[in-house]
Amino acid sequence: MSTLYDIKLKISYRYEYPAAAGRSLLRIMPLNLPDQQLISGAVSCDPPGDFRRDSTDFFGNRTTELAHDRPLSRITFRFDGRVRRSADLVSFDLSRGLSAIRQETDAIRSIDPTSPHHFLGPSERVTPGAEISDFARDTVRSDMSTLAAVQAIAHALHRTMKFDPESTEVSTNPFDAFRKRRGVCQDFTHIMIAALRAVDIPAGYVSGFIRTIPPEGKERLEGADAMHAWVRAWCGADAGWVQIDPTNDMMAGNDHVIVAIGRDYADVSPVKGSMRAFGRQTTRHEVDMVSVSPAPAR
Amino acid sequence: MNDAAHSRKTGDLLAGYHPQDGIADELMQADGRIRPVWEPFINFLAGLGPQDLARRFARGDQYLQDAGVYFRQYTDTGSTERNWPLSHIPVVIGPDEWKTLSEGIVQRAELLERVMADLYGPGELVSSGLLPPELITRNPEWLRPVVGTKPRSGHFLHLLAFEIGRSPDGSWLVLGDRAQAPSGPGFALENRMAASRVFFDHFPTANVARLASFFRSFRDALNDLRGTSEGRVAILTPGQHTDTYFEHAYIARYLGLMLLESEDLRVEKGELMVRTIHGPQPVSVIWRRLDSRFSDPLELDEGSALGTPGMVAALRNEALTMLNCLGSGVLEARALMAFLPRIARNWTGEPLKLPNIATWWCGQQNELNHVRNNLSEMMIGPALSTSLPFDMDAATALGGSFRDGAQGPVEDWLKEDAANLVGQEAVSLSTTPAMIDGQLVPRPMVVRVFAARTADGWTVMPGGYARIGRTEDPTALAMQSGGSVADVWVIGDEPVVADSLTAQTAGPFVRRTPGELPTRAADNLFWLGRYMERAESQVRKLRAYHLRLEDAGDKTNPLVAYLGDFIGRQGMDVDHPVPRQLLSLFQLARGCAGKVRDRFSTDGWHAVADLETSVREMSDLQQAGDETVRAMTVLLRKLAGFSGLVHENMFRSAGWRFLTMGRAIERAENIAALLIDFADTRAPAGSFDIAVEVGDSTMTHRRRYSVSSNRNTVIDMMVLDKANPRSILAQLEQLCEQEAEIRAPDSADQMTTLSRRILRLHTEITTAIPEEIDRKRLEAIRKKIIGISDAMTTEYLN
Repeated sequence: MSTLYDIKLKISYRYEYPAAAGRSLLRIMPLNLPDQQLISGAVSCDPPGDFRRDSTDFFGNRTTELAHDRPLSRITFRFDGRVRRSADLVSFDLSRGLSAIRQETDAIRSIDPTSPHHFLGPSERVTPGAEISDFARDTVRSDMSTLAAVQAIAHALHRTMKFDPESTEVSTNPFDAFRKRRGVCQDFTHIMIAALRAVDIPAGYVSGFIRTIPPEGKERLEGADAMHAWVRAWCGADAGWVQIDPTNDMMAGNDHVIVAIGRDYADVSPVKGSMRAFGRQTTRHEVDMVSVSPAPAR
Repeated sequence: MNDAAHSRKTGDLLAGYHPQDGIADELMQADGRIRPVWEPFINFLAGLGPQDLARRFARGDQYLQDAGVYFRQYTDTGSTERNWPLSHIPVVIGPDEWKTLSEGIVQRAELLERVMADLYGPGELVSSGLLPPELITRNPEWLRPVVGTKPRSGHFLHLLAFEIGRSPDGSWLVLGDRAQAPSGPGFALENRMAASRVFFDHFPTANVARLASFFRSFRDALNDLRGTSEGRVAILTPGQHTDTYFEHAYIARYLGLMLLESEDLRVEKGELMVRTIHGPQPVSVIWRRLDSRFSDPLELDEGSALGTPGMVAALRNEALTMLNCLGSGVLEARALMAFLPRIARNWTGEPLKLPNIATWWCGQQNELNHVRNNLSEMMIGPALSTSLPFDMDAATALGGSFRDGAQGPVEDWLKEDAANLVGQEAVSLSTTPAMIDGQLVPRPMVVRVFAARTADGWTVMPGGYARIGRTEDPTALAMQSGGSVADVWVIGDEPVVADSLTAQTAGPFVRRTPGELPTRAADNLFWLGRYMERAESQVRKLRAYHLRLEDAGDKTNPLVAYLGDFIGRQGMDVDHPVPRQLLSLFQLARGCAGKVRDRFSTDGWHAVADLETSVREMSDLQQAGDETVRAMTVLLRKLAGFSGLVHENMFRSAGWRFLTMGRAIERAENIAALLIDFADTRAPAGSFDIAVEVGDSTMTHRRRYSVSSNRNTVIDMMVLDKANPRSILAQLEQLCEQEAEIRAPDSADQMTTLSRRILRLHTEITTAIPEEIDRKRLEAIRKKIIGISDAMTTEYLN
């Protein structure tokens, strides 16, 4: 079963004083995957860069590198495109018991981008910490399957944490958000990654979009008005990678369109930039993800 | 001296020399006899009286001080520059031993290149089970954005250093591989210069292998790495606050390379460019002295203020060669040494000729057990740490306990965190002679050796430098913890020919044209000129003020008050004999000079540093009047010394021209500001004299105008007279001349905003008569001078 979406993303910056010439690195183009096809789409910039190079990064994400030689007082990055999503939601649990996950990971001898080993150690935004580790250990039982453990943690987190766009910023670290029991999708995702790694489950970050207008009779999902974030967890050699959205306590499926994957936000942030600006700077994100043919009833 | 007398002297020299049992000593064999390779040196040393020796050591220290060699010591409250801690006694190594060592080093360098190429390429070490994946994926120095990069030169590594030590059985061990951005080749060179001065009469005949040919091959290799590109070769330094900045500046000068900071660099259209006074110029080869992670805020450490956005992409797209390639720090992890022996055997079928310190990664059960069972002989520390094993940090335990004892039992640590730990055998390092309090005593040492990739493969520097402990504690060798450094002499059987980098080469003489001046360097030199001139002007005003105060005895005297008010408006607090603001001017000057040490003579640097120190020492001066006058006179003499150095000794490079233009602009502006108030007809009596005095023109004025000063004589002297080096017109002459010289060759005939502004003001003043130059006109002139400075900034310094 598949769904077709038209997606528009607009990220704009305004500077009080013109920002010095700079370079930006974008990760805003959705990935092509077995269950997600980028049918058409383009990344654009206004004003256009004096230099542009499109490439892919270590994890296979699409990147656009832009350089502007002259100072700017505003800049807008856009993605416009159409994506077909055909995710099979996990119908039965292929994962082995949680107690075997360590062993399954050890058996993978690889440092290529798909290797779970990248997703176990500390990363720039997610380092181990006792509070989240204790929460994770209290939530799972060793006789659970790995997938069940992942779902249990997402569920517990969703129950414990309140979605609150006012409470945190993009630079908030997961421990502060967890202590406050409040945060946005980025905080939910970082906390869950820390929790999963604490119980030896390889876990990473997914940035993407979720549909703006819910199908009839369903609630609007949190995180639809900006880019969204959720978790990718490795459940062993047979079950592989699963994606789960702790902010909405659901497996990520056809409502979710994947843009980039990484160990945490630092690997996937949509705009990394080096515009040097003095004075005030305002940022605006606008996202629109509309299903173009109504999804058949499930 | 007869033999008996000589052996008695040798006996005296070695009276306090008692190596510990069970460890190797460089000088003495186990039976107490001196190793033959040391004999000539020890005999020579024994023949020197204590006073002679002290004079020789002082000579070496003086050399280092004159050469501006220092190191930066970090303390809890900041960092300071300290004298270079030279241990004057060299470490002597024989030719056969050195040959074996060199072969081991070359083998190891080749092995590391292959490991690096695999970790950033196919990853077969991991897939074939020779390396555990987590040691790579958790290593913060393994840089994912670099994976897949094919170095333009075909190689990842071009310069390596190895920290080696001698174990009790006499064999050498590698204690650490330095692949990130090895520091030290310049230190080795400096130690050599100093040691060869201390032993000036022994060194030339001691058959010590010379270092110059190594540096020549390395320099040639660097130039070859440019390939067919036009780009330049540069050293990239984190800047003056790094502990090895001196070395960066030194080696840049020695090898004739540009010394750049990230601020100098920009990636444009995928190419790496240096911003120079004549616009961006391509850079083709970077000798990186900056840690990889800080090199690019866009793809690596986002918070780095030291990086150049786009550097990784430029490297990936083969726009430059970097040595070593970004990501080479991955090779420095302690845990890697647990696996290198097996990798070597597996890949080459041979064992390592130069083994490394025995290392066990505790992420494996058998290894963990071994470490547990041998705790008393182990150093245990973070597996991915890049610190050398004997540079004990808080996170390293020795012999089963932590240094500060604060972290609980090591057993618990091993239980909880085994996969992140390694055990390393706590080898007892050899000792070597050091002269401490007039006694030759054995002290622990490690040696740093260097290998460079040249057209003929890896070549090893015949020498290096040794770090020597101040005490017998082998874990306190680092300079930061009080250790010292010594030269390493590789002694050959044959006499050696004196050699230097500037040795005669065949073919016609070619004068090297200096490279374009980087914008940042130009800016710092320009401001150095401005700050020094501004400081001088303030010192003159303060002296004039205190002279008047001494005469009048009262601050309310109209002339004293008028001058005090003027100085106050320029930001100086005259109520303090040495205003804080004066010190800060000298500090600013010193800051600028510190950023361009590679382009500035050591004497010039010392003069600036000395001025700042003098002003600081004067700042608790309480006595206004006479005493302050004397202090200011001392400063003026020192300032004249600085000016003399700049004028007499500095090469007329573009850098000198920026410094000179900075001084000229500042001086012109100061004179204009001074005259606005002191050549004013409403100013109190005595003001004209102050104008002439602060303008340092009293003598000339007296000689030229036998009449007492009046407004016209002052204006003529200070504004219009080009023969007076302090006049505004003389500054404009200077600016005209220098501006013509700094223009880009291809625009030499074109007028720019800057040249137009200089020329217009020059013409205006040349054709003026004193009567026309009233207060209003002076104010206009001052504005125009500021306009020249602005145009200068826009055209060259942005």
